[in-house]
Amino acid sequence: MTFTQTLLDGHEGSFRPHTLTPMQKLTLRYVVVGLVFYGFAAIEGMIMRIYQIEPISLFSPTQYFGILTAHPLVGIFGSSYLLVFGAFLFLVPFLMKKPLWSLRLANWTLWLIGGGTMTFWLDGFISHYAPLYTLYWPLPADFEQFHPLSGAIFIAGIALVMVGTGLFVVNVFKTITYTPAGEERQPGKALLASALGFTGLANLFRRPERRKEHLVPLPVAAIARGSVDTALNAAVILFTGVLILVYMVAKLAGVSLEHSAIDALLYKNWFWWGLDLIADGMVLIFVAGTWYLMAMLITGKPLFMQNIARAALLLELVVSWTVWSHHLLSDQAQPEILKILSGEAVTAFELITQGLAFFITLATLWSARPLKMTNELKFLLGGLLGFALAVPAGIIQADLGLNRILHNTQWVVGPHVHVAILVGLTMTLYAAMYKLLPILTNGAKLYSQKLATFHFWAHLVGGVGMGAFMGMAGLKGMLRRTIYFDGEYLPFMILAGICGALLLAAFAAFLYNILMTVGLRGALGIFQRSTLDPDVLVPETRP
Amino acid sequence: MVDSGTVLWGQAIAYTCYVIGAMLLVGWFSYRVTRTRAGGGVPPALFWTFFALLVVCGVSLHIVSYNTIPWSPTDVHRDSIEADKTFLIEVENHEFLLPELPLQIDCHDKVLFEVTSHDLTYGFGLFRADNSMLFQMQVLPGHTNDVLWQFQRNGVYTIRSTEYSGPRGYRMIVPGAVEVTGCPAET
Repeated sequence: MTFTQTLLDGHEGSFRPHTLTPMQKLTLRYVVVGLVFYGFAAIEGMIMRIYQIEPISLFSPTQYFGILTAHPLVGIFGSSYLLVFGAFLFLVPFLMKKPLWSLRLANWTLWLIGGGTMTFWLDGFISHYAPLYTLYWPLPADFEQFHPLSGAIFIAGIALVMVGTGLFVVNVFKTITYTPAGEERQPGKALLASALGFTGLANLFRRPERRKEHLVPLPVAAIARGSVDTALNAAVILFTGVLILVYMVAKLAGVSLEHSAIDALLYKNWFWWGLDLIADGMVLIFVAGTWYLMAMLITGKPLFMQNIARAALLLELVVSWTVWSHHLLSDQAQPEILKILSGEAVTAFELITQGLAFFITLATLWSARPLKMTNELKFLLGGLLGFALAVPAGIIQADLGLNRILHNTQWVVGPHVHVAILVGLTMTLYAAMYKLLPILTNGAKLYSQKLATFHFWAHLVGGVGMGAFMGMAGLKGMLRRTIYFDGEYLPFMILAGICGALLLAAFAAFLYNILMTVGLRGALGIFQRSTLDPDVLVPETRP
Repeated sequence: MVDSGTVLWGQAIAYTCYVIGAMLLVGWFSYRVTRTRAGGGVPPALFWTFFALLVVCGVSLHIVSYNTIPWSPTDVHRDSIEADKTFLIEVENHEFLLPELPLQIDCHDKVLFEVTSHDLTYGFGLFRADNSMLFQMQVLPGHTNDVLWQFQRNGVYTIRSTEYSGPRGYRMIVPGAVEVTGCPAET
């Protein structure tokens, strides 16, 4: 095939979008939109990397902080949420062997999250509304720095994302518990109990012969438990958004409400409790579940220590509700007991739960050796390494003494946040994408293995390297969320910038590889309506 | 006396060693998992040993740090420690309002910095001449924000807001805001 033919029709013409079921098309739409937003976040990240080397005149400081506000929100909601939700809306019915409860709801989730992300991104781009994702009170309602209308549009965009998220959670739980038309009635309550871990918990107190079997596969249990945190987080953010909106609407109506009506510390506790349900709950639980699924799919074997893995997932869920105070170790008004118990002691449990997930995944892979070093295996190992590096970095900063000299430095956002998200989470997602690609495309052949190998190494070296150099600068006192004009940390920032460029190159190689795999016509075909039976997940395998 | 620079060096060395170890482990695993099987699966005893190691690491970090980092116990018990000097600092409209400039401190003095915000959430940090951080805390409106610090070395320090407080916040820097004198010269 010529280059042009491949570009138009995909590698060897092996991708034929008209053969895709509605569920396959929907999942691929999630992937496409999620990758577009990943591109947004990656370009924004590169702009900020350049700005940290030399504050370029093309962007004013207000524009810079607008980008700084949009970057994590686009990356998490626009990209990670859509990639994860798309994969799980496919995997839950796939593993439960029944159709998704509602395709329409899944479509609404996609467009609400996509539309919401575009809304707050565009608003931030145009108006420079920049309270950061932390929204520390009363900054989001500081109308000397921000216009209330721009803030209201921004918050409305976030609210759309949260509504879409809520619909995702409903769809997941309904799919687990409902009985498809014409089938024998399924035990909804027992399925729910198994998914949330109550069955496993009760089994601990039952005699062996009276223990109940797990009705839900382990990865589905992980998705269900992570979805609990997802729902709670959406509720917290929605409530906070409404609170902020009240101030904005009042201001637009000519009334100035007192900022002191809301206690800044109470607000911060409330907000971090909710936000940590993503960072220290949903992400860790979803990632562990994906590791387990990938290990089982790659090896074709059951998971090592499966019951312990289930118990660890439940423990992680409980831990995620009680760790928020590690974000307030530098808040001197925060009660010391909360700092020590929630901030230090419970947070240390994450080392245990995530360490066990790491070990169980490796042990499962080990039991099936020799394994072929496929793309999914190498990206899975990269994802495991990412969390092996990032979780201890987080535990270190969640210490009263060390937090005094690490809080809000580049250490937090480098070796912890970016290594966790870019190396840990994103490489795990890439592993799933490479594994699911033939299933979702009915056997489309990857265009270039060389590009996939470059994608792996450039992403791994770029992600770990960027985190490392940001961390080194942080240990030298470099703050996050500010601008340095005199080249104070120039060597570290140049090296971090080179690693950032490597990450961008990795993404470009991946995108090109996927585009050449499915072709332009194929990519457009994903967005055309499927005429196949919506209850069929993949052709010729009716669930 | 250990200062924050020493602690950061120790942390950098410990974490770097850990990172190298983790990379070597995953690299070794990646190689061996593709080789022909030469033994059984993973024995449960190894799993439980690893579990015990995680528990020991998780618990011991905070115990060790509390007993080795000098400002940790000071911070926890600062309400019952008498300060040699107290500075009341206010923050408003993205500006630090200091009682004097520079704030003069004698070596080994325990100094209480009490910072009050009249509008937004800010940060309060002291930085050395080489831009490395001595310490920091958050400054929340409507609350008492205080940190007790014992100075062990001569030097001139910059005060800087360590929390984002909107686009105007990055200019919140007061060079030469704190001067510590009277410590014996280091050899």
